[in-house]
Amino acid sequence: MPTSELAADPARAARARHWRRTQRLTAALLLAWFVIGFVVTWFARDLDFPFFGWPFSFWVAAQGGMVVFVVLIAVYARRMARIDRRLADETPPADAPVAR
Amino acid sequence: MALRTRTFAPARSRFMRGAAFTRRLHWIYLAFGLAFLAFVGLMALLEHLGLPRNWIGFLFLVGPIVFYAGIGILSRTTDPTEYYVAGRRVPALYNGMATGADWMSAASFIGMAGTLYLSGYGGLAYILGWTGGFCLVALLIAPYLRKFGQYTIPDFLAARYDGNLVRVLAVVATIACSFLYVVAQIYGVGLITSRITGVAFEVGVFLGLGGILVCSFLGGMRAVTWTQVAQYIVLLVAYLVPVAWLSIKQHATPVPQATYGFQLQKVIASEKRLQADPAERRVIAIFQARADEYEARLADIPSALAAERSVATRRISELKAANAPQGDIQAAERELARVPRDADAARDEWTRERDADRERAQPLAGMPPHAQQFAGDPHGDPAARRAFDDSRRNFIALVFCLMVGTASLPHVLTRFYTTPSVAEARASVGWSLLFIVLLYLTAPALAVLVKVEVFDGLVGTRFDQLPAWINNWAHVDASLLQVSDLNGDGILQLGEIKIGGDIVVLATPEIAGLPYVISGLVAAGGLAAALSTADGLLLTIANALSHDLWFRIVDPTAPPTKRVTVSKVLLLMVALGAAYVTAQKPGDILLLVAAAFSIAASAFFPALVMGVFWKRANRWGAATAMVGGLGLTLYYALVNQPGVRETFGLTSPIRLWWGIQPIAAGLFGVPFGFALLVLVSLVTPPPSRAARAMVDEVRLP
Repeated sequence: MPTSELAADPARAARARHWRRTQRLTAALLLAWFVIGFVVTWFARDLDFPFFGWPFSFWVAAQGGMVVFVVLIAVYARRMARIDRRLADETPPADAPVAR
Repeated sequence: MALRTRTFAPARSRFMRGAAFTRRLHWIYLAFGLAFLAFVGLMALLEHLGLPRNWIGFLFLVGPIVFYAGIGILSRTTDPTEYYVAGRRVPALYNGMATGADWMSAASFIGMAGTLYLSGYGGLAYILGWTGGFCLVALLIAPYLRKFGQYTIPDFLAARYDGNLVRVLAVVATIACSFLYVVAQIYGVGLITSRITGVAFEVGVFLGLGGILVCSFLGGMRAVTWTQVAQYIVLLVAYLVPVAWLSIKQHATPVPQATYGFQLQKVIASEKRLQADPAERRVIAIFQARADEYEARLADIPSALAAERSVATRRISELKAANAPQGDIQAAERELARVPRDADAARDEWTRERDADRERAQPLAGMPPHAQQFAGDPHGDPAARRAFDDSRRNFIALVFCLMVGTASLPHVLTRFYTTPSVAEARASVGWSLLFIVLLYLTAPALAVLVKVEVFDGLVGTRFDQLPAWINNWAHVDASLLQVSDLNGDGILQLGEIKIGGDIVVLATPEIAGLPYVISGLVAAGGLAAALSTADGLLLTIANALSHDLWFRIVDPTAPPTKRVTVSKVLLLMVALGAAYVTAQKPGDILLLVAAAFSIAASAFFPALVMGVFWKRANRWGAATAMVGGLGLTLYYALVNQPGVRETFGLTSPIRLWWGIQPIAAGLFGVPFGFALLVLVSLVTPPPSRAARAMVDEVRLP
C-alpha cells in the first residue's frame, strides 16, 4: 500500500515491497506444502491407482512428497535470492541494506 | 546496530573465508571418506585373515570414535562465536550434512525401517512428517533466525518478546524436550555398543558418553559441526551399502529406491496367498485358543489360580512318586514357581498374555497389508467405517505433530545460526532435507525388500533348514526375533515368527549374505546417528543453561572465555545426568521421542512464527501461548498414557478427543497456543519499539 508516507521514503517503500513479495511467495509455497502433505494424504484411499508399480498415494507418502518438499525449498531459496536482489536494486545506495 | 552479524567480524578474520575455505573442506572430507573406506577395507581383510567377530565389532566402534575425537581435539576453542555457532562460516552444503546427522537419530537409522516393515503405510506418517517439517523450517524460521544472528533460540524469543520472562520459559522448554530426546539417544548408544561388543548396557552407555564428550566438550558447536559432517558420511554409507546389496540379491537393480514398486507388488500377492493359506490359519487358531484360555482364566481369577497351582503341585508329586530323573522334577518345580504369586499379579500377567496372543491371532502376524492406506473400510459396516475414519485422522494428526515438532526442535534450529549469510541459511535447509531424503527414500524400500525376503524366502522353509541369521539373532535377544513350530508341521509359517522392528536394519547384512564386516559397518552407522544427535542435544541444553540463564540473567558481565568455561562444565554435568537417567532404563523410548516433538511444537512454534509474521504479538501473548500450549499438550499426553495413569492411580475411563492418540497431543496444543497468543496480545499493550524494530530488521535479507 504505497501511502503518501511511503512514497516520501523510497527506501522504506522498497522494504515494504520486499516484505510483501516474501509473504506472497511464502504463502504460495505453504499452500503447495499443505496440499501434498495433507490433502493428498486425506484422500489416500481414493488415489490408489497404480503408478510405476506403487499405488499412487503410497508412492507420494514414501517418495513423491519428500521430493516435492525438497523442490519447494529449492524454489524458495532461488526466488528469495531474486527478491533480495530486487530490493538491493530498488534501494538508493545510501540506504543499502546490510551486505548479504 | 547490535543485531548485525558484523559485530563478531574480528573473531572471524583470523580464519579462512569463502571459496577457499569451502574448497579446503571438500578436500578434507574427500580424504575422510577415502580413509573410512580404507578402514572398512582393512577390516574386511582382517576378517578374511581370521580376526574374531568380537574384535571386528569392537574396532568398528572404536575406530570411528577415534576419528571423531581427532576432529574434536583439532577444533577445540574458547572463543564464544566459535564455541556457540562454529564461527558462522559453515557453508550451506556442509551445514546441510551436519543438520542431516544432527537430525537423524538412532530412531531414524535403526527404528524407521522396522516401523515401516511392521506397519506398512501407517509408518509413512514418520517419513512424511519428518521431511515436511523442513518446509516450515525453511519458509517460516531459519532465514529469520540467521538474520537475527545471536546464539540460541531463547536469545531470539527474548529479543522479540522484550525480556527474560519469555527467555526463562524458552530455556525450560528447551531443556525439557532436549533432555527427553538425549536420553533416548544415549539409550540407543548403549544398546548398539552392548550388542556389538558384548559389554554390559551400563558400560556401553558410559563408553558412548565418552565418544560424545570428546567432540562437544573441547570445541562446542565448532567441533560438533565438523564431526557431524563426518558422521553423516559414515551413516549414509552404512545405510545404503547393505540395502543395495540386498536388492541385487533379489535380482533387482542396485538402486531399489527407484524400482521397489515391483517388489511391493510381489509383497501384495504374497499377502493374499498367506491370508488364504490353511497352515497360517491353523497357527492363528492356536493363538486364538490361547487368548480364549487366558480370557476364561481372567473371568474367575482365584479359582483359575488355585487350579493352576494344584496342577503344578500334582505334577511334581507324580514325578517324585514315579522316581523320575532329577532334571524333570526341577523343571516341574520351576513351573510351579512361575505361577503368579497372587490375584493381582495373575490379572496383570494374564491380561498381558491374552493381549499378546490376540495380537498374533491376526492375519499376516498382525501386520496390516503393506500398501493399504489406513485401517478399516470407508464402504464397509459401521465398525469398519469408524476404524477407517479413526485411523485416517490419527495419521494426519501424527504427520502434523511431527512436521511442526521438526520446525521447533531447538537443536536443529540452532544449526541455522552457523551459516555465513541469510541466503546460505535458506539454501542449507534445502541441502539438509536433500541429505535426509537420501536415507528416508531408502528406509521404505528396505522394509519392502525384507518383507519379500521373509514372505517368499523364509516362510515355508523347513525348520531344520532355516538360514543361520535366524538362530544368531534369536540367541542375541528374544524380543528381536522368535521362531517356534507352533502347529508342529516342521515348516515355518509367518504366524510363527515374532519380529522386533529393530532387527530389520541390524540383520540386513546377514539376510543379504554379506560378510560380518558389513554388520560392523551398520553398527558404526547406527552409532554415528545416535552420537551426532546426542552431541547436538547436549550442546543445546548446556548452552541454554550457560548462555541464557547464567550469562544473560545471572552474570551479564562475564568475560567471553569464562562464559565458554562455564558452558563446558555444565555440558559435562548435563551429560553425566543424562547418562545416569539412561542407565535406569526408563520405559518406552519411542514415547520419549514423540513427547519431545509434541513439547517442542507446542512450546515454540506459535511464538517463533508469530514473532516474525505478526508485529503485534507481544510478550504476554507469547508467554501465555508457551505455557498454555505446552500445558494442554502435556495434560492430554499424560492423562491418556496407560503408564502414567497407573502411576497416579487414575481410574476414570480414557476419554480421547476425536479419537486422537496421545502421541499426537501437539495437535491440540499448537492451535491452542496460536489462539492464546493472538487473544492475549490483543488485550495487552503492544510490544516495545525495540521489539518492532527487530521484526523489521529480521525481515530484511
